[in-house]
Amino acid sequence: MATSKKILTEPLNLSNPITVQVLGICSSLAVTVKLEPAVVMGISVTLVTAFSNFIISLLRNTIPSRIRIIVQLVVIAALVIIVDQILKAFVYDVSKQLSVFVGLIITNCIIMGRLEAFALGNKPVPAFIDGIGNGAGYGMILIIVSLIREFFGSGKIWGFQIIPDAFYNMGYVNNGLIILPPMALMMLGIIIWVHRSRVKKLIEK
Amino acid sequence: MENVLNIFIKSIFIDNMIFAYFLGMCSYLAVSKTVKTAMGLGIAVTFVLIITVPVNYGLENYLLKKGALSWIPGMEEVDLSFLSFIIFIAVIAAMVQLVEMVVEKFAPALYSELGIFLPLIAVNCAILGAALFMQDREYENVIEATAFGLGSGIGWLLAIVGIAAVREKMKYSNVPAPLKGLGITFIVTGLMAIAFMTFMGIKL
Repeated sequence: MATSKKILTEPLNLSNPITVQVLGICSSLAVTVKLEPAVVMGISVTLVTAFSNFIISLLRNTIPSRIRIIVQLVVIAALVIIVDQILKAFVYDVSKQLSVFVGLIITNCIIMGRLEAFALGNKPVPAFIDGIGNGAGYGMILIIVSLIREFFGSGKIWGFQIIPDAFYNMGYVNNGLIILPPMALMMLGIIIWVHRSRVKKLIEK
Repeated sequence: MENVLNIFIKSIFIDNMIFAYFLGMCSYLAVSKTVKTAMGLGIAVTFVLIITVPVNYGLENYLLKKGALSWIPGMEEVDLSFLSFIIFIAVIAAMVQLVEMVVEKFAPALYSELGIFLPLIAVNCAILGAALFMQDREYENVIEATAFGLGSGIGWLLAIVGIAAVREKMKYSNVPAPLKGLGITFIVTGLMAIAFMTFMGIKL
């Protein structure tokens, strides 16, 4: 039991998929302008990672290693199609905002990375937990970045206004730069900086 | 013709794959340590994009889109667009394999230069991203789609060679320890992205 707890919590901090393993940066930045799409994206990636880990782990002894990439891609693509259809059915406007980035979960390096690194060598249940943990670690960074960007960029959190009108009347202006793509990169750079100065052993030589 | 040129310029500078959409970041970060390898990967990505975008464009318009199957009598109403993810990724994986074999046969020098990067391209988000953007933006004909593919590839090449050059120089500078490596690369990329934003609004 102790080990499965470790598998679950390690990706949240010491082996965080974004800040430490550098996986899945591609889709993580474009969806972080607002909190809501970021949360939806985090949940979708967690589900896809967990289930693809589980399925590939079940099949791990029957897949010939030469064609494993294409088998993995097919499993992932099928799961992503399911997620895409569910999002379109239940949260249509969020799925419009995410646009191509739902499809890009397929090539999200987190999923491939975890399949290669973990699912191919472990039993289905730990693989499933590993998928949940890594998805949560990914979602956590997404939520932090999008909280900061939505608060400073448009004065709102989850679409509700946080900064009162009185502030705007006194001359406060939202920071327009923070909504633009470059600031997402810098924000992530700063998060990595803070994380590494707290956890010294992650510092690169 | 003007429109084609416009799409080409736009996809290099304004809708740059890395600076505006963050696509292909994983390999961008992993392979940008030296200019030479960055150049190799950039060329390989451009090459694959020129091939896969038109192929996927054809599939989208004659197989997947609603009404695309009207060349078969009685199939006018069929809408297969939910299959597009799986078809696109299959085409990309197959094309990468094909390109790899062709390059190995006809240009062995280039093949050994590109090495492991070629197979890795199959899971590069920029390639699938380009296919999905092509679907999203509804280009009018295959020439426009190819111009978009070529432009995105060159834009990606520019970005990765640029960051590789900066990182080579940065080895000699005194970066705070926790910021070394990944952190400073992100911040430099952000600065480069701000520089690229000056191109915004340019129209030919």
